[in-house]
Amino acid sequence: MEGAMQTESKIRADSRTEPGPRGPGCSLRHFACEQNLLSRPDGSASFLQGDTSVLAGVYGPAEVKISKEIFNKATLEVILRPKTGLPGVAEKSRERLIRNTCEAVVLGALHPRTSITVVLQVVSDAGSLLACCLNAACMALVDAGVPMRALFCGVTCALDSDGTLMLDPTAKQEKEARAVLTFALDSVERKLLMSTTKGLYSDAELQQCLAAAQTASTHVFRFYRESLQRRYSKS
Amino acid sequence: MRETTLTSSTSTLVHTTLPSTYQVVQSVLKVLKRNSSAGRRGGDTQAQARAQAQIRGRKMAAGFKTVEPLEYYRRFLEFGAPPTDAPDKGYVVPNVDLSPLCSWRFRSGPPGEEAQVASQFIADVIENSQIIQKEDLCISSGKLAWVLYCDLICLNHDGNILDACTFALLAALKNVQLPEVTINEETALAEVNLKKKSYLNIRTHPVATSFAVFDDTLLIVDPTEEEEHLATGTLTVVMDEEGKLCCLHKPGGSGLTGAKLQDCMSRAVTRHKEVKKLMDEVFKSMKPK
Repeated sequence: MEGAMQTESKIRADSRTEPGPRGPGCSLRHFACEQNLLSRPDGSASFLQGDTSVLAGVYGPAEVKISKEIFNKATLEVILRPKTGLPGVAEKSRERLIRNTCEAVVLGALHPRTSITVVLQVVSDAGSLLACCLNAACMALVDAGVPMRALFCGVTCALDSDGTLMLDPTAKQEKEARAVLTFALDSVERKLLMSTTKGLYSDAELQQCLAAAQTASTHVFRFYRESLQRRYSKS
Repeated sequence: MRETTLTSSTSTLVHTTLPSTYQVVQSVLKVLKRNSSAGRRGGDTQAQARAQAQIRGRKMAAGFKTVEPLEYYRRFLEFGAPPTDAPDKGYVVPNVDLSPLCSWRFRSGPPGEEAQVASQFIADVIENSQIIQKEDLCISSGKLAWVLYCDLICLNHDGNILDACTFALLAALKNVQLPEVTINEETALAEVNLKKKSYLNIRTHPVATSFAVFDDTLLIVDPTEEEEHLATGTLTVVMDEEGKLCCLHKPGGSGLTGAKLQDCMSRAVTRHKEVKKLMDEVFKSMKPK
């Protein structure tokens, strides 16, 4: 990673933000992104959110197996490897969530009868894992040059027992929370692309979390833009 | 699958239609209850519950059969030791089986992606909605607990698997009776008393409502397989009776605005009322033991 032959841009953006409808509990953790760090995949990115870190690699558009071929668009495949142990049913479920999110934004029609594979490796898990995976996948797709109609980002919200909202919770906060909601939002209109939730919550709380996530996503997208600008301005 | 004869069965068919700008949907809930005492071979389990949920009326759509095999209770360690980090909790293990029987899309062999995703979804619903307290399944803290295996077998797949799974699960859990178990102090073995059985304590009634999204504008409730295939996205909302959401499952697909999401919530509330009414009628009409 350090001193690799390819151009790599290491961006450490301190995006500690304090917006949000409620007080100091609404800050996102420090996040960082590194692109083009692996030599074999067409695109790769490592995304860090606090202590959670995910490494993503993208291969594509590449040749596809005849059985999986789709005649008019690219076949997207996502492989998620947990940090320890063999992938299980929970990983399969997450893979489907990430895959469907990517399918909504990737312009697959430009590359029919090909396959685009996204491989995600969990390096460390300290809360908000799915959101970190989504962010890493997006950055890796951009690095690979896959045509997309929008960028997407993942934001996690946690609601504790008195209804306080927490963005980007740590593992401890997630465990103690009454409900944990993860959203994927697109960059054009901040529409909800993907959502998965855990725990019980009311309709009003859902709208509140969604609004907070949309505000937080602005910061994430700004960070994407800055990191890409910095990378391309160097080379 | 072991088949035990239905000595008595009561089925109630109730038709409900959802009027809508969305789509007309017909839901039929048919619950067959098995009389568990008479006409049984010794050695059969009595603690089985069976429910068949059929959605979309005459044209056989997704049908599920939920069987909880506690047949091995006679053997030694047939229950299970509770998990070490939660010594007073039992286990609920759901498994969705999508076999070639239900649709041409599935092959025999290890469960495919759709089955795994559905199993995970059901596990999440059970966990989130707290439909049964896992503490109720504990027999002796730290030593013995019930393991409830929920097998949801799809008989016919016409889309909207998740809704049908949730209905069937709820109906079956309402039907389960656990025999009383005492631990003999001297031998430290479990003794099962088949004569004394009790129903599970069902705390909430989560109901799933699925939507197919087309290009951010059109939403269709309760999609068929064809509609699901053509849709650009799907959304499933699981709600319980107080209007609390147990699960908002939107696996990617085209985006939705907050306003559209609100529409879906109100539709889910209506659906919940209808399904609850249906289920109450069916269970009331079942013959008591």
